[in-house]
Amino acid sequence: MTDGEIREIELEALPAEALKLKNSGYRLIQMCVNRRIGQDFQLTYSFGIGLDCVHLRMLVHPEDEVMSISSIYEPAFLYENEMQDLFGIHISMISLDYHGNLYRLDKKTPYRPSEEKES
Amino acid sequence: MSTRSIVPFGPQHPVLPEPIHLDLVLEDEKVVEAVPSIGFVHRGLEQLVEKRDFQTYVYVAERICGICSFMHGMSYCEAVEKIMDIELPARAKYLRTIWCEMSRIHSHLLWLGLLADAFGFESLFMQSWRIRETILDMFEESTGGRIIFSVNKIGGQRRDMENSMLRGFLTKLDQVEEQVKSITEAFLNDHAVNTRLRGVGILTKEQAYGLGAVGPFMRASGIEFDMRMRGYDAYKDLDFRPVTSTECDSYARCKVRIGEIFQAIDLIRQAVDKIPEGDIAVPVKGFPNGEAFVRVEQPRGEALYYVCGGGKKFLERFRVRTPTFANLPGLLQTLKGCQLADVPILILTIDPCISCTER
Repeated sequence: MTDGEIREIELEALPAEALKLKNSGYRLIQMCVNRRIGQDFQLTYSFGIGLDCVHLRMLVHPEDEVMSISSIYEPAFLYENEMQDLFGIHISMISLDYHGNLYRLDKKTPYRPSEEKES
Repeated sequence: MSTRSIVPFGPQHPVLPEPIHLDLVLEDEKVVEAVPSIGFVHRGLEQLVEKRDFQTYVYVAERICGICSFMHGMSYCEAVEKIMDIELPARAKYLRTIWCEMSRIHSHLLWLGLLADAFGFESLFMQSWRIRETILDMFEESTGGRIIFSVNKIGGQRRDMENSMLRGFLTKLDQVEEQVKSITEAFLNDHAVNTRLRGVGILTKEQAYGLGAVGPFMRASGIEFDMRMRGYDAYKDLDFRPVTSTECDSYARCKVRIGEIFQAIDLIRQAVDKIPEGDIAVPVKGFPNGEAFVRVEQPRGEALYYVCGGGKKFLERFRVRTPTFANLPGLLQTLKGCQLADVPILILTIDPCISCTER
């Protein structure tokens, strides 16, 4: 029930899958945290070619580190900083890392339950 | 050897209707790098799905932005309708298409006015906004509102447009078309305007694609792509081809948006000609259970909506990727190598909407 195919992948496979899509001519549409499944965050990265799109989906434990794809898709740095700012997802190797300061917010990681927030 | 300095641009600046901040790294007067920061008006609207039931949330979605308000409400509804497998009556689809194109005209006229204001052509700014008033009057007549319309609901529309009203709109659009033609001459052929726009802020086709640009900003780099080609709502019944330009500069972005105003007028004419009689909404039962991605073409470009429901009154997640967010990397590219004096114009050429971006 969605626009485009959803491909479930392992977190470790993300850079390789993103590179494959890049080499096939896909552009980056968006990256976001969808929801929580138990303790884990569900992430969806969407890529498009022509009018079609593909969504890569993976589960991330709050303590896991996600490898940035900003070296593959340049605009990814904005989405990755957004996920970092709003949900506190740990993303490494972002080409331009704002360290939680892309959004100038009063509260850190506002979309993450307060009991989970790191000090 | 040139001197490097950092000039803070924004968040308050005469050319910016909304706050965004850029750190501009300059070598003398030339920009070598720009680093953006946003979040001055972040409202957390996406998280409000946890506190507003899925029917009421239509009003919140509309308030993401005051220019694309109709399309935000409509696209949210379409995502929920997709999850709930609701098929809209044909007339409702046509009504949505007509209001979408009216939104495009008023958004582009607003942008043209802001652009004219930015390069100091005050009378052109006033002319553009005067023409826009006619479209806002049409919105008021058909929806009761000029900014927030509240005519969308899950399952259709709250208001119909009588055929006599639609015919009246066509007469008004004939006048708007003539008026836009008169300002087009100034925007595209005036020497002073050309000097400010031509060759400024080049974004090649490859760069636009690679940086994920969308909308008129992308089409001005020669990419023939528009989400309306997917044929959602009544677009599948209308004769339509994206407006593009291959000049890849600020002039091209202006030309594409002007072209899209004429195209939107044409699409409304076609829609009014083909709109069927019938219901404008279907009853909705139950709660959304599932997820859906929906993409539409807003005036500023492709927008993506994600809705996820767990069969309850409140949704689990709502997410919008707005066109301005997608166009920020492209903007940073166009700023590289430009003169400091061109920065305000270049920021405007992506038609930035910070309310959308920060939702």
